[in-house]
Amino acid sequence: MPLVFAGVCSHAPGIVGRADQADPSAKDRLYEAFADMRQRLEASEPDALIVVAAEHFANFFMNNMPSFAMGMADYYEGPIENPDWLGIQKTQIPGNRSLSERLIRKVMERTDLSYAEEWKFDHGIMVPLHFLTPSYDLPIIPANINCQGPPLAPLHRAWAFGQALRDAADSVPERVALIGTGGISHWPATPDSGKINESWDRKFLDEWSRCDKEAMLSYGDSQSYLDAGQGAFEIRTFMTVSAATEGAPGIVHFYEPIPIFAVGCTIGTIDLDAPQLPSVH
Amino acid sequence: MSLYYVQKFLFELNRDEGFQARYANDRRGALDGFDLTDEEERALIEPDIGLLFHLGVNGQILMHFAALHSIEWQDYLQRMRDGLISHGPVREGVYAVTGYEGVDAHSERLGQTSNTERGN
Repeated sequence: MPLVFAGVCSHAPGIVGRADQADPSAKDRLYEAFADMRQRLEASEPDALIVVAAEHFANFFMNNMPSFAMGMADYYEGPIENPDWLGIQKTQIPGNRSLSERLIRKVMERTDLSYAEEWKFDHGIMVPLHFLTPSYDLPIIPANINCQGPPLAPLHRAWAFGQALRDAADSVPERVALIGTGGISHWPATPDSGKINESWDRKFLDEWSRCDKEAMLSYGDSQSYLDAGQGAFEIRTFMTVSAATEGAPGIVHFYEPIPIFAVGCTIGTIDLDAPQLPSVH
Repeated sequence: MSLYYVQKFLFELNRDEGFQARYANDRRGALDGFDLTDEEERALIEPDIGLLFHLGVNGQILMHFAALHSIEWQDYLQRMRDGLISHGPVREGVYAVTGYEGVDAHSERLGQTSNTERGN
């Protein structure tokens, strides 16, 4: 059936791990926005949640790097990081192998995809789950787009991946929710950690909210790198959600640069019930 | 230069607690099987975070290595900045084409004020 929920959020490890170093009021506003996103997700009564992440060398490395991958297991483990460093305890996260396999087979009809029968979640998935499914009682289907080790699949392939995910969700009887997690402009884990290009972020989020495919596909990695850091390669995760809900408007519920979290923290959902946006391409 | 194998070592170390125990007991021995230069071996054994960043190690791999050594976040960032001063710009990899600008300088250039509250 059609996706029951779709949204985007930040996943920076500092959001939990360095929470005590942030401006308390800014941190509280972000946490409230996450709590609101959780309520919206739960209200959609999903059977499973696809998390399109941009993992950080927890599972995939340059010896064998897939551009796109999805998990196909009944359970996963995470976080890979030191629990004290991340602020999230190690746990087992439920999956759904049967649903994963049916989704993967459908996605493969439109795009090249790797699958993984084991997957260690890093902060890219664990931070969103910490807020959205803190009891770890919702089956998760991890998906990954290589946003770390160039060469990266071009943006229009991420768009095709999102379209394929939509087809896949449509083809199964389960109620499937979808989130994309990543940063917009940021320079994470580098000496420039904390740099945020707010105007770049707001321009991209405006295009995301209008599902402006042409505008979003026009970002080149070389220019994005100069304007918005290597973290901006992760806009692929947001665009995948746009492609999976093409024509539906996005609502940015929260955006605020929080330097100690190393990113302009973002919470957004897609209004799946709204009238379709006019075509912009 | 064998940035690939420096990062491969760190990738395997970061995700394998057994390997971490082996590295804790015998840092040099844990490097067996990786095609590394003397400089790279020294950086991994010491560890020299600034040199590893200068060599081009991806921060997403390096920050976990720093956490493994209980290097606090602000100290981790400073060690990379110090490494760029001591050794020069990043030699290769994703970061090779840019230098360190600094958070405050970046915010000032963009006319932003909200990012200057902390240099992180």
